[in-house]
Amino acid sequence: MTKKIVISGIAAAVAVLALLAQERVVINLTGRGGKGAIAVPDFRGAGDAQRLMPLFNTTLWNEIDQSGLFRMIPKTSYPLNVPQQPTDFKPPQPAAAPTRRTPNPVSQPQGPWLTDWSGPPVNANYLAFGYTAVQDNKLVLFGLFYNVTQNDLQNAQVIGKVYFGTVDEAGARKVAQEFAADILKQFGAVSLAGTKIYFVSTRTGNKEIWQMEYDGSGQKPFTSYRSISTMPAVSPDGAKVAFTSYVRGQPEILVHSAENGRRLPFYNQTASMNATADFTPDGKSIVFSSTAAGGYAQLYMANVNGSGLRRLTNVRAIDVEPKVNPKTGTDIVFVSGRSGPQQIFRMNLEGADLERLTTGEGEASNPAWSPDGQHIAFAWTRGFEPGNFNIFVMDVASRQIQQLTHGAGRNENPTWAPDGVHIAFSSRRGRATHIYSMLADGTQVKQLTTQGQNEKPVWGKGTGR
Amino acid sequence: MGRYTTGSSRQTRVSAVVIALSLSIFAAGCKKKVAVARTPAPPPPVVQPAKPAEKPRISQFEAEPGTIEKGQAATLRWAVVGETTSITISPGIGNVAATGNRQVFPSSSSTYTLTATGPGGTDTATANVTINAAPAPPPVADRTPAKSLSELLASTVTDVYFDYDKYDIREDARGILARDADSLKAIFAKFPNASIVIEGHADERGSAEYNLGLSDRRATATRDFLVQLGVPGDRLKPVSFGKERPQCTDSNETCWQSNRRAHFAAGQ
Repeated sequence: MTKKIVISGIAAAVAVLALLAQERVVINLTGRGGKGAIAVPDFRGAGDAQRLMPLFNTTLWNEIDQSGLFRMIPKTSYPLNVPQQPTDFKPPQPAAAPTRRTPNPVSQPQGPWLTDWSGPPVNANYLAFGYTAVQDNKLVLFGLFYNVTQNDLQNAQVIGKVYFGTVDEAGARKVAQEFAADILKQFGAVSLAGTKIYFVSTRTGNKEIWQMEYDGSGQKPFTSYRSISTMPAVSPDGAKVAFTSYVRGQPEILVHSAENGRRLPFYNQTASMNATADFTPDGKSIVFSSTAAGGYAQLYMANVNGSGLRRLTNVRAIDVEPKVNPKTGTDIVFVSGRSGPQQIFRMNLEGADLERLTTGEGEASNPAWSPDGQHIAFAWTRGFEPGNFNIFVMDVASRQIQQLTHGAGRNENPTWAPDGVHIAFSSRRGRATHIYSMLADGTQVKQLTTQGQNEKPVWGKGTGR
Repeated sequence: MGRYTTGSSRQTRVSAVVIALSLSIFAAGCKKKVAVARTPAPPPPVVQPAKPAEKPRISQFEAEPGTIEKGQAATLRWAVVGETTSITISPGIGNVAATGNRQVFPSSSSTYTLTATGPGGTDTATANVTINAAPAPPPVADRTPAKSLSELLASTVTDVYFDYDKYDIREDARGILARDADSLKAIFAKFPNASIVIEGHADERGSAEYNLGLSDRRATATRDFLVQLGVPGDRLKPVSFGKERPQCTDSNETCWQSNRRAHFAAGQ
């Protein structure tokens, strides 16, 4: 008896070690030389501009924070007086001038030195500062970005630029986002400003498709069918949204323009089910699951208006959720019950080179390609009870996996942001299901919705509006 | 400022570095004046009032359809958010879960009241089911009372249940479907134009997407079995609901089993 326990204990330990060996960092977010520390003090506005500054400061801080590129230094450690323009900085003191008498600091006002920011307690590498004012009925931002570790002010300035917006909240958000985007661009990162997350919400009493900005702002309904509208997908150019609708009884695919919200023609096959649509990378075709041939739900491809049907799978098992690789356009991942409980498979569009990507353990679902076409994020119950999904990321070539959520709630439907660094997903914690975003290494988890039940996010480029 | 005093009392020995450091700290204090002159000082911080305990909120309570013929069913759907201690629907239903739906067969126009009580307070909502004035009685006929299609379905056609992640007709469902086949034939004889929807449902555990395919199989397997028993297949319409319309929302096997089912409803 004791022996048995010892042996099973050893077996368990070996299993854990094997698991640990398998768990590697699949997505390396800080491979660009580590995280720099940045100070982003509150900007102030002259006159009328001041009322917009709380929103401006929050937006700027969040835009920089969410990039995952920087360590944000808490505002409490900043010097009391914050520079607002380049002339507020005093040139560095020459180190070898012990005999020179320093003027009385009280009678002659002096600006801070770069070392006030690069040295303790702030210890910043970078500083974003400036101010806003209203000029000619426009909100004007003077945005400056300094590398404070430089020895002189000329080399310290990385960005010094003027931004214009309307004198309202939209204008304050705009100039903050543009300034942040310029900062992020210095580090090779893409701003998420303007990207849209579509999701399903029950807020109106029915499941409708909703949309919001990447940070959870601007939430509004996209459909109003008063039926069940679910499982949205957004086209690569952000111009179309496809989803599964019960408006005519049986589940079928509807396609809407993202620009004006209007319905676009899509011919549905005569079938008990047409569902789980997604766009191909060129935006010209739609892949979906259908019972068009009777029997099991199988994978099909059609033109974006539903014509030109082509069958992709032919197997006595349920196939759903086809997703075409955004880089190659030729290989596809999907969910199938062909080997038992639902797992994730990959094949090419001709049906060849079929392989199962997940191990067969638990139940796997919701594969989503990263923009680079090398990784998938997906939901998996491996190691948990049926239904208790967590978010994983896999390097498809090496099959290396990394678990991003660890049992907090039921986590499903991961979707990559266009920057390839962020993932949005839904999580049911208690009775409420909400949309969250995080970095693709599982850190910086942020709740984006607070009302109703919310699920199935898809992250698309904005429509340019 | 202590540092300033220290600096002036040791004029001869002080190093340039210390001067620079103390000046920078001192300067931080006095520079503010200039900044204020250029742009106005920020307003005093706004003190947020303490947030009261949130009371439960009824985000949905509706009857569908709101108007029915006598004998037909209406479905109540509800969703309550926030912390609750009790959720009840009256008359005649009692305690319910935070979200759900229930078929009701009111004999006269009725108002249902949903009351959600929680530590933060109470929220109530009402939903009306109006019964249309009874249609003119059928011109003579046999003595048996006329039953509506929904009524007949509800009283003579029984749901069948499935195992987890399975869609084959279980042993215990075969006898039920044999009786259902007889009932359906009788119904089609009585309502020659009727079409019946076979709803396939799944429990909450698999992914919603896979469950669509799974409950489609459940609905079509049920239809195929009935067709083998002589029920006209073109009058049976399978609709896969996956886990979109659960009749029970708890997380236990009793509830999951009740959701893994094929259910019969009147088509349009």
